[in-house]
Amino acid sequence: MSTHTDLIPQEGHPDNHGHNHHDTGAGHSTLKGYMTGFILSVILTAIPFWIVMSGGLHTSGMTALVILAFAAVQIVVHMIYFLHMNSKSEGGWTLLALIFTIVLVVITLSGSIWVMYHLNHNMMPSMMEQQMQNMP
Amino acid sequence: MSDTHAHAIASDAHASGPLQFHLTHEHHSENGTLLGFWMYLMSDCLIFACLFAVYGVLGRSYAGGPSGADVFELPLVALNTSMLLLSSITYGFGILEMQRNRLRPMLVWLGITGLFGLAFLSLEMYEFLHLIHEGNGPQRSAFLSSFFTLVGTHGLHVTFGIVWLITLMVQTGKLGLTTENKRRLMCLSMFWHFLDVVWIGVFTFVYLMGVLK
Repeated sequence: MSTHTDLIPQEGHPDNHGHNHHDTGAGHSTLKGYMTGFILSVILTAIPFWIVMSGGLHTSGMTALVILAFAAVQIVVHMIYFLHMNSKSEGGWTLLALIFTIVLVVITLSGSIWVMYHLNHNMMPSMMEQQMQNMP
Repeated sequence: MSDTHAHAIASDAHASGPLQFHLTHEHHSENGTLLGFWMYLMSDCLIFACLFAVYGVLGRSYAGGPSGADVFELPLVALNTSMLLLSSITYGFGILEMQRNRLRPMLVWLGITGLFGLAFLSLEMYEFLHLIHEGNGPQRSAFLSSFFTLVGTHGLHVTFGIVWLITLMVQTGKLGLTTENKRRLMCLSMFWHFLDVVWIGVFTFVYLMGVLK
């Protein structure tokens, strides 16, 4: 409620540059920043595609790890250069929210895959028999 | 409402003297909207995390049907990826023009962004229709169900992003680059770049890793 009254003096002067920047920009975008981000993402996209399309590395597990690493780096590049993430924007709250989300995402992904993988294995008929025998 | 509220607080503070359980001068971030929108994006991120987890669990359950290596066409995916990446940088150029208060060039860049977005969607629709036409629709196997759900949800986000983009283009065209419109453009910027981040996960985790082995 009181947010509105606080904001009115600022929004009343759209031509005022000093206020304008604070109202609209999460960080000041620059051409250099966008171009750096774009070139880095083109490289980071092209390499994993090239690796996979040219037949992959020695083992598929190795290839998977490498392309996942490229994806992780590219996500960081996008966060910094396109989404203008830094520790200062919004008093650090965006970064805090992001870290919290990453923790949840990691738990969701690794937890689901880990649990369901073991579940699949334990549901194999032979395992079921073994477990039945081991039961007291 | 806000007046009475403020009044109540003021009189309350006056009566109780030093005993205060709230800040008399609250600190309001200048960008409450952008922080709020970021929170929305983070919750959207969790939706995608769930869909990725579903795909991670079901992605190898082919039910005797085709595997990722059988149905994915990497050149098409590479083209699709480049469309989305190009739309990201053109939106960035639009934001740069917005910062310089130049309406026309900004609208042109936004239009180009929209066209790249449409190209991405058309390629995805072509891929989906091709798969369904060959009998590899979402009902074929758990792998294809989770694939269509994950990639389709992303595509739906891009669709709404384009609707939003066109709306904003009309709005800025009529009202000019007001503070409110700039704030809206920054929100869409975050949304658009966020979709690109999700797509990094999609092309790596679904397409590239699906073709492996």
